[in-house]
Amino acid sequence: MSAVIPDHLHDHHHPAPGGLMRWITTTNHKDIGTMYLVFSFIMFLSGGVMALTIRAELFQPGLQVVQPEFFNQLTTMHGLVMVFGAIMPAFVGFANWQIPLMIGASDMAFARMNNWSFWLLPPAAMLLIGSFFVPGGATAAGWTLYAPLSVQMGMGMDLAIFAVHIMGISSIMGAINIVVTILNMRAPGMTMMKMPLFCWTWLITAYLLIAVMPVLAGAVTMILTDRHFGTSFFNAAGGGDPVMFQHIFWFFGHPEVYIMILPAFGIVSQIIPAFARKPLFGYASMVYATASIAILSFVVWAHHMFTTGMPVAGQLFFMYATMLIAVPTGVKVFNWVATMWRGALSFEPPMLWATGFIFVFTMGGFTGLICAIAPIDIQVQDTYYVVAHFHYVLVAGSLFALFAGAYYWLPKWTGVMPSETLGRLHFWCSIVFFNITFFPMHFLGLAGMPRRIPDYALQFADFNAMASVGAFGFGLSQLIFIAVAVRCARGIGQRATARPWDGAEGLEWTVPSPAPHHTFETAPVLR
Amino acid sequence: MTETLEKYFVPEPSKYPIFGSIALLMFGSGAVMWLHEVGAGPWVFFLGVAVLIYMLFGWFGQVVRESETGKYGRQVDRSFRWSMGWFIFSEVMFFAAFFGALFYARVFSVPMLGSGDNEALLWPGFAAAWPTAGPQPADAFTPMGAWGIPALNTLILLSSGATVTWAHYGLLKGARGQFKLGLLLTVLLGATFLGFQIYEYLHAYADLNLRLDSGIYGSTFFMLTGFHGLHVTIGAIMLTVMLGRAIAGHFTPEHHFAFEAAAWYWHFVDVVWLLLFVVVYWL
Repeated sequence: MSAVIPDHLHDHHHPAPGGLMRWITTTNHKDIGTMYLVFSFIMFLSGGVMALTIRAELFQPGLQVVQPEFFNQLTTMHGLVMVFGAIMPAFVGFANWQIPLMIGASDMAFARMNNWSFWLLPPAAMLLIGSFFVPGGATAAGWTLYAPLSVQMGMGMDLAIFAVHIMGISSIMGAINIVVTILNMRAPGMTMMKMPLFCWTWLITAYLLIAVMPVLAGAVTMILTDRHFGTSFFNAAGGGDPVMFQHIFWFFGHPEVYIMILPAFGIVSQIIPAFARKPLFGYASMVYATASIAILSFVVWAHHMFTTGMPVAGQLFFMYATMLIAVPTGVKVFNWVATMWRGALSFEPPMLWATGFIFVFTMGGFTGLICAIAPIDIQVQDTYYVVAHFHYVLVAGSLFALFAGAYYWLPKWTGVMPSETLGRLHFWCSIVFFNITFFPMHFLGLAGMPRRIPDYALQFADFNAMASVGAFGFGLSQLIFIAVAVRCARGIGQRATARPWDGAEGLEWTVPSPAPHHTFETAPVLR
Repeated sequence: MTETLEKYFVPEPSKYPIFGSIALLMFGSGAVMWLHEVGAGPWVFFLGVAVLIYMLFGWFGQVVRESETGKYGRQVDRSFRWSMGWFIFSEVMFFAAFFGALFYARVFSVPMLGSGDNEALLWPGFAAAWPTAGPQPADAFTPMGAWGIPALNTLILLSSGATVTWAHYGLLKGARGQFKLGLLLTVLLGATFLGFQIYEYLHAYADLNLRLDSGIYGSTFFMLTGFHGLHVTIGAIMLTVMLGRAIAGHFTPEHHFAFEAAAWYWHFVDVVWLLLFVVVYWL
């Protein structure tokens, strides 16, 4: 297949603006993908600093470092920044870089709109982070912005509402772009069921984004009008109900959880076969499992609300529907393990992160099942058990998969192999410190320690001290990745060949490393 | 060259997106300042709106020029079709949130406020019947009836759906006069609809004492019909642009997706209205 584009085909391109204007005006999916990744890493570090301040306060019982009001702002903003600023944009960055390369398209379907999708994020981040500095400080209602608390806060809450609106616009445009690119821009011969699994998971993720981001926009709009224009959506005296906010929010929120994990499944499904040197086991079942998870995600939202009061029939429905999700997720985990079975395994950094993902994410999945059981959930609701559960799926799930993908595709993006020594160090430090941080939280939660509280009873002191030490270790370990990425970007290290991983399959490995600015301007033909 | 191998149009670097981002930053921060009575708020807000309008004019103008100079092949046309469909789906989900709030209030929250412990301890004597402003002591209001202006507006919107389809047939068979007349009629019907709606709002505030803060009925009534009215406005602006382009000689029987997209949007607004008419006004 003719993948490398001869240089003379580039002649008709106007000279692109240089310097900062290149990045502001670019319509190139690779430039935009890079901006998404850099932005999300900066937000990851910002959210991380907030997390470390929280852990510093919780190192000992009593109040040492911050005031309770500021502590509440930190827990809220840590969640908002990590979900909307770090994890989601990072996956969109991967989609921008990889989807056109994987399906043999010249660019995203709407290159200009793609630029706007990215450039809406810095203004949203400015509104969000800037809200720390307005009178009353940032919103402290928790990242879920539950009414009636969110109806009562100051200016910071309004800034958060508009930030969520702008990030929602960005996500919807980005998702439409990805869906259309995948449906309409595949190279001839690339049928849907020949598509790399990363594209499949992103297609389904993008569908979820288009379906639920507008619902979140509706929810925060109702908060805004309840706050300032006298409506009574969440006001019982006016005939509304604060619990209604939770229903609308979690109708968005639960699919949102899968928005943050399905692309991670996609990345892992690319990496495991490459380093097991075997095709992915059960490709079709992976596709169907992804679709099943997406469909089920619309009918499980109230498992976040078992303690708000609900008829028993409702509790049972949401409990069983939730447990049903374990079936397609189990299909995926077994498929990954079956792919590795009798493979010629090697454990370069991408594979280390991917296998680490399977171990630790699966633990998060099991605690998810425990939380899904209504009578147990009533005990662990709003305790550290829940904190442990969702950090096992979001950090050890989404974040570990992001690092796996970064180590896997950095050679393609920069033309340089990421340092194997630093990559291994990064992985082992991360997985050890991650477990030191979050494993004790299971015990804390089962013993009854409530979350989002800056102080705690003496009997929780030892495990909290342990978690705080682990958190600082985990935070510092992430600085290793800066060294890895900067070395690659500056060309320090071993040059990468077009296909640096000998088991890797797919169109992206047919173009040189680093990938030229324009690839597949004439579509490759697959047979 | 076969259709699938034609080069896909990838635009040059563009300055418009960053203008859009700056516009929304000013729009958002200006709105927040305005709500908290910071002096510069309205200025920042309206400056943001102005920049947004500049951006929309520039960006869509460029798209129109690219389309009219034949840069968009059949594959690009398919991209536009997919994207418009998905965009309308996202709009459907936005309205679903507000319809969901209405159903939740009518089926769950209002009956719950008038029964059990709520009735016995918190709100004795609250008659949980729709329409209601909730158990708070509130000024009495009269709900909006269905068979006056709303029924007329239903007729107007349905007719406008027919006229836009008539215009489309005109374009397809090359009858440009029918095409332009159909578009003009659609825009005029849309404007009439909006005029009636404004009159209805004035009537609600002046005569019925029905306001945005009239409890959950006022909240759902004004937010649902208000967002729908906003979408009718957007659709009417889209159709007006299409009318201008039709007069300027744009569109051929084979190549006119911009018009079709506006028509799809118009039909979407139409369907939302039918739902509104049934569950907000009638039942």
